[in-house]
Amino acid sequence: MLHGKAAKNVEDKASGIKTKIGLWMFLLYTIVYFGFIIVTVMKPELMGKDIGHLNLAIVYGLGLIVFALILALIYNALCNKYEKKLNTNDKTATGGVK
Amino acid sequence: MNYQPSVFAVIIFFAFIAFVLFISRYFAKRASSSAGFYTAGGQIHWSVNGIAFAGDYLSAASFLGICGMIAVYGFDGFLYSIGYLAGWMVALFVIAEPLKRMGKFTFADALDSKFKSKGIRITAGISTLIVSMFYLIPQMVGAGSLVTPLLGWPHWVGVILVGIVVIIIVATAGMASTTYVQFLKGSLLIIFSIVLVVLVLGKGLKTSEYDTLKLESTDGQNIALEDRSKIIGDRWEAKGKTFIEVMIDGKATIWSLNKEKNILEETLFVTNLADGGILYNGAPKEDGRFKQVGDLIDIEGETNVNTGSLGMFKFIGKIKNSTVIRWDKAVVMDGKDKVTIYYQHPTPGKEILVPGQKFPVKTGRDKMNFISLMLALFFGTAALPHILIRYYTVSSPAAARKSTIVAILSIGLFYILTLFMGLGSMTHGVLDLTNSNMAAPLLARDFSVAIFAIISAVAFATVLGTVSGLLVASSGAVVHDLVAKISKKDLTDKKQVSIGKLAAIVVGVIAIILGIIFKGMNVSFLVGWAFAVAASANLPAIIMVLFWKGTTAKGVIASITVGLISAMTIILLSQTTYDNIYHLVGVKAPMPIDNPAIISVPLSFITLVVVSLLTKKKDVSSK
Repeated sequence: MLHGKAAKNVEDKASGIKTKIGLWMFLLYTIVYFGFIIVTVMKPELMGKDIGHLNLAIVYGLGLIVFALILALIYNALCNKYEKKLNTNDKTATGGVK
Repeated sequence: MNYQPSVFAVIIFFAFIAFVLFISRYFAKRASSSAGFYTAGGQIHWSVNGIAFAGDYLSAASFLGICGMIAVYGFDGFLYSIGYLAGWMVALFVIAEPLKRMGKFTFADALDSKFKSKGIRITAGISTLIVSMFYLIPQMVGAGSLVTPLLGWPHWVGVILVGIVVIIIVATAGMASTTYVQFLKGSLLIIFSIVLVVLVLGKGLKTSEYDTLKLESTDGQNIALEDRSKIIGDRWEAKGKTFIEVMIDGKATIWSLNKEKNILEETLFVTNLADGGILYNGAPKEDGRFKQVGDLIDIEGETNVNTGSLGMFKFIGKIKNSTVIRWDKAVVMDGKDKVTIYYQHPTPGKEILVPGQKFPVKTGRDKMNFISLMLALFFGTAALPHILIRYYTVSSPAAARKSTIVAILSIGLFYILTLFMGLGSMTHGVLDLTNSNMAAPLLARDFSVAIFAIISAVAFATVLGTVSGLLVASSGAVVHDLVAKISKKDLTDKKQVSIGKLAAIVVGVIAIILGIIFKGMNVSFLVGWAFAVAASANLPAIIMVLFWKGTTAKGVIASITVGLISAMTIILLSQTTYDNIYHLVGVKAPMPIDNPAIISVPLSFITLVVVSLLTKKKDVSSK
């Protein structure tokens, strides 16, 4: 069975930069998400505009889901990078998990 | 709707439940300490935890509710998929790691880590219990909806069955068994949803038609049929439509008048007799006269079309250029009997694939409701107690982040699939108009009983997984946040686990009762309320404790209290509650909106800031 290490929170030197990256990405996603709400409320007829086989509502909706997946992967890659960089010389840090 | 239970479905279903109970027994030994019971000792691997997150989150609302809502309203159901996933961005970017760093068992731990305040503990504990209860109701309603077609049992039996199984899972083995049940269910749900979507796309789309009766004349009040052997009976006016009773072979049927085409169109109707009996299209349920619906009458203007297999985008494109028969509802009185008539509403595909069928955005009030719903979904996820406790089942903040990412990937994939499962149900003639929650399982039955049995068992497991998580969260809140703080004596570890198990049983029993009361409401709609309450009560406190140094204990307590009370007041005094829960038909509710988030979330934030500023001053001046 897959089990990680027991809970042991030691100082993670990357936590500051990770928080900052998280907040910026949150802001970016929030703008795109609220863009969807604003278009629907202010210009609902735009949502029916054809885009190939689909329309703007479907493309924007599916796009929000796919965008979330991509942002999540980028965020994880950046966090891993900073955890590796800033915690390398500190063997007790548990910033990364195996 | 009449369902014939199949032996195969019953065998698969009970085999699944037996396996789930076996898992519980296997993990029971880990639940002896309170860390084992509530957080599986923080020993769960992040990848397992990630899928378990998905299993926990993809509740009856996601699988049954969203698919059902898309099948009935089109794109508006998909709004829930978009909002539910967007909520994970708040969880990942803002909450996951900091919360893991601060807490131990419950989210009250994290809030309280800075203040050591008894008040915060108790308020957060009560909030956890209330939000969990709001979330439990739709899960139980979903369970009840499932057993009728699967096993042929009434709704209440399903609710009691799921209640008992879940109480056993939680009371015997706590978080470890709950996690593996959720892992199993999350994996199966995604795999079989993919199978179902592949089958839907493989079958493609085809047109069909409904029965009509030709009219000889419609000169005002006098209506005569071409076929004189059929006798015209009563006539009702409702929702701008005229409904005509026609006796065919001695049986009463109801038709809606289409003046433009000079025809009567087929309807489906449910009669609630004054003596308490219910008839479906004028006959008992077993006669099977109340059929499944959901069809296209033309594709790109052509009738008699069968497209054969389609790609994902072409499938949507064809629906966009077709006319879908949706069904609207009108209620009329036939003497003392109440008759609910479902009549045809041909809707262009273009209108189905944009927002507006369920949540119109025409008036200012509509717009408020829409924004409010989307706000609740966005800010609710990261504040749900059963999601928050999952951050404590892994070993480190980084593991919390990684499991959140695994969750987002699997949940995102599932939500893309909901669009195709919902539209498939809308167009494959499988909808049960009396129970939109059954859209996805009935779609599966259109392909084979075996897939139906497996999908239903997975859907039932979906309920089991989510309800287990909610019971662990509620039990944790009772023990760590309420009993431990109110009781004067220190509780031993063993005592904490015993009280936790007892709390799980009590909450489980209350959930069973509420699940029976709320029968018939769309589960996704109900979950929307749970999100609104969570977003209003918990999220402002979590965010401000994490990111604003000026936050005070009194500010947190006031924010949770105001968020809870304002959200619940708006919900309980909304038009939807008046109509569907209190059954006060025709009575105008005092609240202008149905979804409270647009008012209660900002109110909760403002309360926290104002009270914190006021109490901060006192702290400084008293020093």
